[in-house]
Amino acid sequence: MIKLQGLYKSYGAKKILNGIDLEVNKGETVAIIGPSGAGKSTALRCINLLESPDKGTLTIGEKSYDLSKLTNKDILEIRKSTAMVFQNFSLFENKTAIQNITLPLIKAKKINKAEAEEIALKNLEQVGLSDWKDHYPSQLSGGQQQRVGIARALALNPEVILFDEPTSALDPEKVQDVLEIIKRISKEQHITSVIVTHELEFALDVADKIVFLTDGRIIEQGTAKEVLKNPKDERTIKFLGHFADKLEYVI
Amino acid sequence: MSARLLEIVINAFPNIIIAGITVTVPLTLISFAIGMVLAILVAVVRVLNIKVLSQFFRFYVWVFRGTPLLVQLFIIFYGLPGVGLNIPALPSAIIAFSLNVGAYASETIRGAILSVPKSQTEGAIACGLTSWQAIYHIVLPQAIKACIPALFNTFISLVKDTSLAANITITEMFMKTQRIVAVTYEPLALYIEVALIYLLFSTALTYLQKYAEKKLSYNSRSVQVA
Ligand SMILES: Nc1ncnc2c1ncn2[C@@H]1O[C@H](COP(=O)(O)OP(=O)(O)OP(=O)(O)O)[C@@H](O)[C@H]1O
Ligand SMILES: [Mg+2]
Repeated sequence: MIKLQGLYKSYGAKKILNGIDLEVNKGETVAIIGPSGAGKSTALRCINLLESPDKGTLTIGEKSYDLSKLTNKDILEIRKSTAMVFQNFSLFENKTAIQNITLPLIKAKKINKAEAEEIALKNLEQVGLSDWKDHYPSQLSGGQQQRVGIARALALNPEVILFDEPTSALDPEKVQDVLEIIKRISKEQHITSVIVTHELEFALDVADKIVFLTDGRIIEQGTAKEVLKNPKDERTIKFLGHFADKLEYVI
Repeated sequence: MSARLLEIVINAFPNIIIAGITVTVPLTLISFAIGMVLAILVAVVRVLNIKVLSQFFRFYVWVFRGTPLLVQLFIIFYGLPGVGLNIPALPSAIIAFSLNVGAYASETIRGAILSVPKSQTEGAIACGLTSWQAIYHIVLPQAIKACIPALFNTFISLVKDTSLAANITITEMFMKTQRIVAVTYEPLALYIEVALIYLLFSTALTYLQKYAEKKLSYNSRSVQVA
């Protein structure tokens, strides 16, 4: 379970997040949607402290952290209990697919090499890349790289996986593959996850809860159908308007 | 070429080579190794902007890049005894060459570190690695790979620069040649001979460079994509 309360973040005088409250139960998938520049990535990156929040409380499992006064130990602890799948993959260019997975296991989680390799292979197999384990990221297609990114996140066995637009840098024909994998792990393995996405159909399909974020605030949240059938705020209505035809067909 | 001259050149060859193998090569390798360690340290500290230390290193780079190597050698070997610091010739040379390599290579490495995409560090720390682990395992290897050609330039320059050590009484290849010239009076042939031997050493390094580049090449698609 992870819970954010009263998350604020600004860059200089520019307020980006104005009090975000978000709760993700164990095994749940929450999708964050909203217009460009709303602060979706920033919110996600405040959870694993790639950005430093101004204030707020983060609860992961049993433990709560005051985000305005974190020690280095807290930061490392939070990062170890989360994993992230990036829009641009962020695989280590100097490491092969399997090393991308084993390195954090060995260095951050202190798992021995043999065991780390076993875990890595199992996760590579899950994303269908066993045969590609010794290839470097530059030798893999975007879709394959993102699958390695997902395997790396899964291998860390974190409390929550944060996905930041995992398919928006992919060729259109690769998007479905990657979405299918995310959907499968979400439904079968009950991985707790937060997904920022522009793929609305996908969000409807996998998310237990949809959150609509705009201007640094969550202005609507609920099950997919609640948010989509009875949007209360006109900004949500307007945003969803762009997807009207698709949604009609899904609901 | 007269028979006498040929004999001089042939007889000089093993003597010069021995000076090369016993002095020039170790002097180069030791200085380069120490210089590289120093360069990496300076580059990382400056990129992380660690206070005081970072400023101190900036000053160091400024001084050692901005003054002639020969002058540095003289200050260390002939100058420091004036304040009671007597450093023997070979250590003096190693100190000067290492500090010099360190200053130049640190700038090369610093630039390369800054050019490693931020996503590499973010990927690492998001997985729970510490900043130091991210630098050590991810950023530095990529940075150093990117500056292999520039570092080999420094390396090759160093092989040649070790000839300056002749000025502080070290009998490396050039000093050895000078001595042979002093008794045989054949400067042209012998200096060309030693020049060719330097060329041989430099060429060996360019092969080493090719090997290092190949060994570290992970982002060429030519390495079969099954
Ligand atoms: N390092 C930064 N410095 C200053 N402003 C920033 C920085 N990073 C992000 N911003 C600003 O914060 C706002 C929110 O950015 P964010 O990336 O979180 O949006 P987003 O909802 O993820 O948008 P998108 O859908 O386009 O990815 C934007 O206006 C952006 O310009
Ligand atoms: Mg974004």
